[in-house]
Amino acid sequence: MKTIRNRLLLIGALFVIAVYSILPRSTVVRQLDPRTGQMVDATERLVPITLGLDLRGGVHLDLEVDQTQGPVPDCKDAIDRSQKVVRTRLNEFGTLEPVVQTNGNCRLTVELPGESDPDRAKRIVQQQAHLEFRITDMKNLFRDALPGIDKALHDAGVRGAGNAAPANAVSQLFGADSSKKKNGKTPAPDSGSTSAVFSGILFQGQMPGEYLVPVEQTHLVDSLRKITAFQSAMPRGIDLFWGTDSLYRGARAYKALYAVESKPIITGEELEKATARRDQVNNHSVVVFDLSRRGGRVFADATGRHVHDYMAIILDTLVQGQPPIINDQIGAHGQIDLQSKPLAEAQDLALVLRAGALPVRLAIVDEQSIGPTLGADAIHDGIKAGAVGVALVIIIMLVYYRMSGLLAVSALGLYVLFTLAGLAIFGFTLTLPGLAGLALSVGIAVDANVLIFERIREELQHGKSVRLAIDEGFKHAMSAIIDSNVSTALTAFILYLVGTGPVQGFAITLIVGIAASMVTAIFVVRTFYLIWLQRRPDMTTVSI
Amino acid sequence: MFRLFANARYDFIKWRKWAYGLTALIIVPGLILLIAKGLNYSIEFTGGTEVQVLTHDRSIDAAKLRAALDAGNLHGAEIASFGSDTSFMIRVRIGETNVQSPDVTVKAVRAALDAGLGVGKYSVGKYEGIGPKVGQELQGKALLAIFFSFFVTLAYLAFRFEWRFGLAAVLATFHDILTTVAFIRYMNLEVSLVVVGAVLTMVGYSLNDTIIIFDRVRENLHKFRRQNLYDILNLSINETLPRSILTHGTTIATTLALVFLGGEVIRPFALVMAFAIFTGTFSSIYIAAPVLMFIEKRWPGEDARGARVLTSPMATPPAAPVPAPAAPALPPKANKTAPSAAR
Repeated sequence: MKTIRNRLLLIGALFVIAVYSILPRSTVVRQLDPRTGQMVDATERLVPITLGLDLRGGVHLDLEVDQTQGPVPDCKDAIDRSQKVVRTRLNEFGTLEPVVQTNGNCRLTVELPGESDPDRAKRIVQQQAHLEFRITDMKNLFRDALPGIDKALHDAGVRGAGNAAPANAVSQLFGADSSKKKNGKTPAPDSGSTSAVFSGILFQGQMPGEYLVPVEQTHLVDSLRKITAFQSAMPRGIDLFWGTDSLYRGARAYKALYAVESKPIITGEELEKATARRDQVNNHSVVVFDLSRRGGRVFADATGRHVHDYMAIILDTLVQGQPPIINDQIGAHGQIDLQSKPLAEAQDLALVLRAGALPVRLAIVDEQSIGPTLGADAIHDGIKAGAVGVALVIIIMLVYYRMSGLLAVSALGLYVLFTLAGLAIFGFTLTLPGLAGLALSVGIAVDANVLIFERIREELQHGKSVRLAIDEGFKHAMSAIIDSNVSTALTAFILYLVGTGPVQGFAITLIVGIAASMVTAIFVVRTFYLIWLQRRPDMTTVSI
Repeated sequence: MFRLFANARYDFIKWRKWAYGLTALIIVPGLILLIAKGLNYSIEFTGGTEVQVLTHDRSIDAAKLRAALDAGNLHGAEIASFGSDTSFMIRVRIGETNVQSPDVTVKAVRAALDAGLGVGKYSVGKYEGIGPKVGQELQGKALLAIFFSFFVTLAYLAFRFEWRFGLAAVLATFHDILTTVAFIRYMNLEVSLVVVGAVLTMVGYSLNDTIIIFDRVRENLHKFRRQNLYDILNLSINETLPRSILTHGTTIATTLALVFLGGEVIRPFALVMAFAIFTGTFSSIYIAAPVLMFIEKRWPGEDARGARVLTSPMATPPAAPVPAPAAPALPPKANKTAPSAAR
C-alpha cells in the first residue's frame, strides 16, 4: 500500500516536472524591428526545446585563425578575443540566440538560427574591422626610393617578366601624367641601366603618395611586394595599401596604391560610437563616428599638425575612397564615406566598428546554410515518420500483450514526455537525426518491457502464481536490461564525443531516451502492475 | 495469451557452417568491391561543396544543371535528384575540380548557376562547404569512434561477464560492421557523418541483442550445471526467441517508417539501420554464440566449464545432439516445434 503510494507520488512528481519543463513559456528575444532597423526586445511564447539548425534553418560557420599570412603565436588567446568580438557583433545582428563558441584551440563555431542571408552573416563575422587613419607619404619618400627598389629587384634576379611598360617608361609615363599632378613634382629619375620592373608599372596619382596601377598588373605588384629585396628597399616609416575603388583614365582601369606613414595617427580602438546614415548632399552612404575623449584629443592634436595633408582611412588593409585633405583640426567626430554603396552595408560597417576589431583574420573552414522552409519540411517528415513508427509499435504491443501491452504503451507515452523534458531541462538540441533517434528509441524502449513480459510468461508457464511470476519476471529481466542499455549508452556517448552538430543531437537523444526508458519500463510499468494486483488480489490469470 | 515461437527448440548452432558461408557470401564480394572502387564519401569527409538547388521551373533538369556547371568551369560535379523533380543536390568535391577552398567553391557554384540558369530561376535550399582539413579530421574522428566503441564495450563486457563472452560479442559486432560496410557498398550509399552514426548505433543495437542472449547463457550455465555448452547455447537462443522477434519487429517497424516517410536526409541513416537490425539479429545467433563455443573450446574457462562439457558435441557431428542427463528443457530430438498459442 505504502509503496504504491510512494511510487505514484514519485511518478506524479516526475510527470509534473516534465510537463512544466516543456510548456511554452515567455522568453525575451532580441529581434530586428523591420521598420526602424534597430534591435528591440520582444516577448514570445516558445516551447523551451532548442531545435538544431537542420530543423530551424539558419547559418553555421566554422572559422579558423588564418595562418596563411604568417603564423599566429597564441592561437587560443586570439580565438578567445575573437569570440568576444564576434559575440558583441552578433548580439546586434538580428538573429535569435546566436551561438558563438570556441572549438578546439584555433577554431570558432558560429550558429545563427533562422538567418537566411549567409553572405551578410559571413561579412559580419569575418570582417576584421581594423580601422586606421594614416597620413599619406607627403614627403614622397616612396617615390624617391623607387630607383633603389628597382635596382634591388633587379639584383635579386627579378626580370621584367610580365612588365608591360618598357624599361625607360617611368619618366615618360610620369611625364604623360604630369598634367594631372597637383603638386608639380618632377618625374622620378630614370636609372636607365636597371630595368624598371616595379616603377615601370606605376603612375603618379593626384596627390602625394597616390599611385595608379593598371588593374591587370595588380597581381604582379602583390607578388613583387612579397620579395625580401623589395621589403628591405622600402623606405623606413612607409607602408603600401591598395585603395578600394577602380579608377578610369580613358579606357583603362587602374587601382590606386597608396604610400602612407607606418604609424597610424589613430586606430578604431578609440572609436566609441558609429552610426550609418545617408549624406543629404551627395546621397552617399556614410558612417559617422565619435571617438572617445582621449582618442578625440589625440586625433585633434595629430590633425592639427597635419593641416593640408591628406589622410587615408584604412579599413582592413584597404584605403577607403580617396584620402581627404585635412582642412582644419578635426575633433572627436568624423565620418567614413562609402559613396554609392547601399545603406545596409554602411549599417553593417557601423555595427562591426562599434563591436571592435578582430585580433586576427578568420578563415571559413566549414559553412552551412539551411533555408527555413527546408527545416519546416524536415520537421514535418520527421514527425510523420515518427508518428507512424510509434503507431506501429503500439499496435504490435497491444495485439501481442493485450492488457499488459496497454500498460507498456501508456508507459511509452510517459517515455516520450520524459525524453523531451530531458532535452529541455539539460538544454540539449533536437536535430533531424535526433528526431530519427527518438523514433528509433521508441522501438528500442519497448525492448525492456518485452524482456520483462517474456520473463513473466515463462515464469507463468513454469506454474508460478501471477504475483510471483511478475516479481520474478522483473527480477530476472533486470540484468539483461541494464547490460544492454549501458552498452548502447556507451556507444552513444562515444558518438557524442566525436560527432558534430546533428550527429551529437542524435547521440544525446539516444542517451536521454535510454535513461527515460529505464525509468518508465522498469519503474512505471512495475507500479502499474502493483496497482493492478492490489485491485484484483484474487487474480489467477493475467492478460499478457 | 498469444505467443510466437514459444518453447521453440530449433537447433540453431547446427547451422553455423551454413551461416558462415552465407555471411562470407555477403562480406567477401562486398570487400572486393570496396577495395576496387572505394566508398562514396560525402563532402564532410572529402571537403567540398554541396548545394541543394530548388528549381522554379520544371523544365530545368539534371542535364541543364550540368551544362550550367560545365560552362562555369566546374567539371566533375555530381548532380542527383533529391526527393522531387524540382530539387537537386549538387556536389563538388575538392580535388576533383579546380577549386580549393569551400568558400570559393560555394561562390563558384552559385555564379555558374546564375549564369547558366538565370538569376531567380532557382533558389538555394541549403548549402554546405567544408574545407579539406576539416574533412580529414572528421575521417580520423570517425575511425577513432569505431575503435573506441570496440574498446569500451569490450571493457564493459569483460567487467560484467568475462573476457570470453566479451571477445565473442565484439567479434560478432566486427562481423556486423563488415556486412554493413558491404551493404553500404552494394547500395552505393553516401558515407556521411550521419551514416557513420548509424553504423555506431548499429554497433550498440547488435551488442544489445548479443548481450540479451549471453545474459541467458550465463544464467543457464548456472542453472544447468551438467549441461554442455552446445545445448545451453541452443536453449538460450530459443528461450529468447520470442523477445527477439518482438523487439526486432517493433524496431524494424519504426525504421521502415523512417525509410519511407522520414525524408531524403534521414533515408540513408534509416536504410543502414534497417539492414543493421537484420545483421545484428543474425550475428547474435549465428556468429556470437558459435564463436563463444569456439573460444571456450580453445581456452576453456571455469565459468563455462567448457573443457569438460564441450568434448561430446564438438567431437560428434552437431546434427545429433547428445542427450544430456540434466536437460529438462531439451529433449534429444529438438528440432521442430510449432509455434504454440497457449491459454
